[in-house]
Amino acid sequence: MSAIRATNLSKRYGGTTAVADLSFDVEPGQVTGFLGPNGAGKSTTMRMILGLDRPSGGSVLVAGRPYAELRHPLRKVGALLDAKAVHGGRSARNHLLAIAQSNGIPASRVEEVLEIVGLREVAKRRVGGFSLGMAQRLGIAAALLGDPEILLFDEPVNGLDPDGILWIRTFMRKLAAEGRTVFVSSHLMSEMAQTADHLIVIGKGRLIADTSVQEFIGRSSQGYVRVRSPRLAEVAELVKVGELHPDHLRVTAMSTLEIGTLTARAGIPLEELTFVQPSLEAAYMELTKDSLEFSA
Amino acid sequence: MIDILRSEWTKIRSVRSTVWTLVITFALMVGLGALLSGSVKSMAEGPVPAGQAIASSLLGIMFAQLAMATLGVLVISSEYRTGGIRTSLMAVPRRISLLTGKLVVFSATSLVVCALACAVAMGVGLSITQPPGLEAGEFLRALVGASLYLTACGIFGLGLGTLIRHTPGAIVAAIALMLVLPQLVNQLPGQWGRTVADYFTTNAGMLLVAGEGNTSLGPWSGFGVYLAWIAAATIAGALLLHRRDA
Repeated sequence: MSAIRATNLSKRYGGTTAVADLSFDVEPGQVTGFLGPNGAGKSTTMRMILGLDRPSGGSVLVAGRPYAELRHPLRKVGALLDAKAVHGGRSARNHLLAIAQSNGIPASRVEEVLEIVGLREVAKRRVGGFSLGMAQRLGIAAALLGDPEILLFDEPVNGLDPDGILWIRTFMRKLAAEGRTVFVSSHLMSEMAQTADHLIVIGKGRLIADTSVQEFIGRSSQGYVRVRSPRLAEVAELVKVGELHPDHLRVTAMSTLEIGTLTARAGIPLEELTFVQPSLEAAYMELTKDSLEFSA
Repeated sequence: MIDILRSEWTKIRSVRSTVWTLVITFALMVGLGALLSGSVKSMAEGPVPAGQAIASSLLGIMFAQLAMATLGVLVISSEYRTGGIRTSLMAVPRRISLLTGKLVVFSATSLVVCALACAVAMGVGLSITQPPGLEAGEFLRALVGASLYLTACGIFGLGLGTLIRHTPGAIVAAIALMLVLPQLVNQLPGQWGRTVADYFTTNAGMLLVAGEGNTSLGPWSGFGVYLAWIAAATIAGALLLHRRDA
């Protein structure tokens, strides 16, 4: 059974279609990146998964059921949607306590999650004064309260400093390694490249790709070989198929071995002979270029 | 359900706005009651009648009702303002259960605080006016009536907050429905206008505090009419809460 299963999920607001006929499965034990440009429908999809927004069509199951039918849902599913969406007048501890009590989670667990996210020192402070990084940690603490097997994070690294980003990234990897399902949205491919095992890419509310990160790179665009040499013009003449740049030659039709053999026979010294992997960013841009809501 | 009640109790007791609105309710009840009782006593030629003494001691209710309505509004509208409503609904996706939890906890808290405020206001006021021949039954009936009325005003606020979701909007609606419109409909002409005025929100509800009926309603039937208004606002809010995207 998939942890999350969306089947022909759709959401329309008036005349605007936010999500259209979206079907995907999210599996346990890995980090699944939910990727798409801003406005692609990621947050809307997450809200539908969590029973906050009602789908216009289709359905989505969490742990085999619609979210609203889960008894004590926080023990199955933890989510961080908007870290700043808390009552600023409440202390961190009381905020978490109210959430815990609603799902029959003991108060001792509040202290545990405060410890896990490193907020124990500030547990008595009003959350209105928290920095974004602290609010993000508080949101993660809330998501962890029920020790859930399924976790959803909506743009968790937005606005965080490098320390915070590294912390969240490491943390998500750890949760997945424990066998949990981690479903995390982002509009930044570079972020997902370092965190996710699997990618679900959407644009304009529609599914564009549902693949492993490796496959995604391979399928989208080719790599190339970069050659640098003090006698670059001669190399270009030799390999014929290259594209000559001021300081290097770019070859897509030949392997490093083929180029190296040719130049060695001709006795031309090389400074560099590298196969350049296409970046995820490039692959992603290529895939989503048709589905950007607003293009520059 | 007990889980939800405990959670809502934690929420309501852990924000300052609860403490402030309850303190203001208490201060308005006791302060205004004492003030008016003092002026009634000084103007009276001879002993103050019991009925007038009780009414003077409870005068603060006109303003305290708005403090209670404000607290009722805030119990839910503050969650919409901050976005905390999503956290609440993720924890309790059965939305009507969540609203029921809020209603129960808020009503119980309000009833306790309002009963205390009314009792102290009456105690202070009556000790100033010293009415002769005050019966315990009369005292108790006024105390119960005033406490229930104030609590109902708070629930009206909670219902309007659920319906409107927006703090200033809901508070304006509460002031209009509880204070402004009841005065305006009193000016309606004819028998038809009289009936509308009698059945209008606080015009009907206050009969329980005054302890006497008007032409068409008694104290308890008047309060029943007021509760029907409150139920209408709350049920409309509940239906929208159930249907709307959070």
